[in-house]
Amino acid sequence: MTAQPTDIATYNFAYLDEQTKRMIRRAILKGIAIPGYQVPFASREMPMPYGWGTGGVQVTASIIGPDDVLKVIDQGADDTTNAVSIRAFFRKVANVAVTTETAKATIIQTRHRIPEHPLSSGQVLVYQVPIPEPLRFLEPRETETRKMHALEEYGLMHVKLYEDIARHGRIATTYAYPVKVEGRYVMDPSPTPKFDNPKMHRSPALQLFGAGREKRIYALPPFTDVVSLDFEDHPFEVQTFDQPCALCAAENVYLDEVILDDHGGHMFVCSDTDHCEKRREQGHRGHLAPETPSALEKTEPAQ
Amino acid sequence: MDIATQAIEGGFVDPVFDAQTVFRAVMDAMARPGTLQPLPVFARPPAPLSATAGAIALALCDNDTPLWLDLVLQGPAAIKSWLGFHTGAPLANTPADAHFALIATPAEMMALDGFSQGTQDYPDRSTTLILQVSDLVSGAPLLLEGPGIERTATIAPAQMPRHFVEQWKQNNQRFPRGVDIILATPEGVACLPRTTRIKTMEA
Repeated sequence: MTAQPTDIATYNFAYLDEQTKRMIRRAILKGIAIPGYQVPFASREMPMPYGWGTGGVQVTASIIGPDDVLKVIDQGADDTTNAVSIRAFFRKVANVAVTTETAKATIIQTRHRIPEHPLSSGQVLVYQVPIPEPLRFLEPRETETRKMHALEEYGLMHVKLYEDIARHGRIATTYAYPVKVEGRYVMDPSPTPKFDNPKMHRSPALQLFGAGREKRIYALPPFTDVVSLDFEDHPFEVQTFDQPCALCAAENVYLDEVILDDHGGHMFVCSDTDHCEKRREQGHRGHLAPETPSALEKTEPAQ
Repeated sequence: MDIATQAIEGGFVDPVFDAQTVFRAVMDAMARPGTLQPLPVFARPPAPLSATAGAIALALCDNDTPLWLDLVLQGPAAIKSWLGFHTGAPLANTPADAHFALIATPAEMMALDGFSQGTQDYPDRSTTLILQVSDLVSGAPLLLEGPGIERTATIAPAQMPRHFVEQWKQNNQRFPRGVDIILATPEGVACLPRTTRIKTMEA
C-alpha cells in the first residue's frame, strides 16, 4: 500500500456538514422560541459513542465559529477524560482557542455541572443530556409524554415528588431535579446536581441542551424563569455541605467526595476545578492543600 | 444582467463562515428579543429581496424547508431562481405549508394566523416569518417583555403589519403554538419569538 502520509481525511469546519448544521441551527432557534420544549432533530453519528456527549457536541459544532473560545467540563472538571477528548476534538476539527477559565470562554460545553463563577451575557452554556424527557421514568411511551406536555398535564411528576416525601420524609431527588420553565413546560435540567438549579433561573447566559441518542434539542434563553418543582410545606432546597473545600476552603460551592486511602480517609473538594484553582491562586488554603500550588493550565491559543 | 446571471451571483462568498456568522446573529437576536444584532452585507440577492433577508435565507433554508414569498417577492423570476439556486428550498403551495416566509412589504402582509402555527404536540412545526423592515426606530414603539429580556426592551420597527399589536397578542395566546418573527433591517437582525409580550404603551 502506498498511501500518502499527507492523504488524511479532511473535514468541514467543526466536523458536521453544512446541511446538518442548518438543520440543527433551525432546531436551536425553535428551542429558544419555545423555552423548555424539546425540539426533535435528526441527530447524526459522531466519532464518539452515544453517552459521551454527542448531543452537546452537535450543538457546539453548529454554533461555534473561528473566534469562539471553548471550555469543556465534565462534572465540573476540565481535566477528566470526557472534557479533555471533546476539547481536543474541537481543537482538531474547528481549530478554535480553548480555555479552562470560565470567564474567558464564549461557549462552555458541560456535562452535569454549571460553573461556580457567574456566567455573563455573551456566553453560551451547552449541556450534554442523556435523557431529555423528565417524565420518561414515569411514563415510558413517547406518544403519552408528548400528549402530557401538550396538555400541560404534569400531575404525575408531583405524585412522584409526593411519594418521595411519603417514603423518605423529604424530596429525595438530588440530581436531574425537574424544573418548570416560564410557567409552562416541565424540563429536565440534565443530571446536574439540584445545587445548580437556582443558577439556571434568569441566568444572563443562553443555555442550550443537546441529547444525541434521544434526538432532542431544547433551550433556555437568558432571563428565563426556571422554577424547581416543590410543595408549599416541602420547599425546594439545595444540598449543603458541613465543611469547606479541603483544598481551597470555599464554602457554598458543590463538593465532590474524594477517597484518599483504604481506611476510610476522604476529603471534600470543589467539583469545579477552575474555581478551586483560581481560589488557590489567590491564596485561599484548605486544610489538606499541598505546600506548593500546582502549575495551572492557561488559555491555549488556536494553532 | 440576465436572469441566469442574477440567479447565480450574489451568494455567500465563504459559505461555511458566512452562514455561521449570520446564524449566530439570528440566534443572539432570538435569545435577546428586541436587540439589534449587527450584520455586514453577506449576500446580494436580486431586488426587492434585501441583503439581510437574503443572507438569513441562505443561512437557514435548504431542500427541507418550503419557502413562502409575499406578493412583491413572487413577482420577479430572478428572486425565485436565486433562492432556488443557492438554497434548493422548494416554494410552499400555501403559507400554512411554509417553514419560512420571506415578506418584503410587511405592512401589506396577510394575517399572522394564516401561516403554520405548529400543533400543540409539535409547536416547533410553525412558520418563521422573515420581515424586511427599513429600520427599528421610525415605527410605532413597542415595549417588549418576556424570556431573553432582563426587564423591558423597546423597538419601533417601521412598516409593521396592520393591527400588529392585536395580532401579536393573539399569537401569544396560542402559546406554545404560534409564529416567530425575524426582522431583517439593512443594519442587522432583531427577533420577536412567540414568547415575547408587547406591553401596551400607557398614554
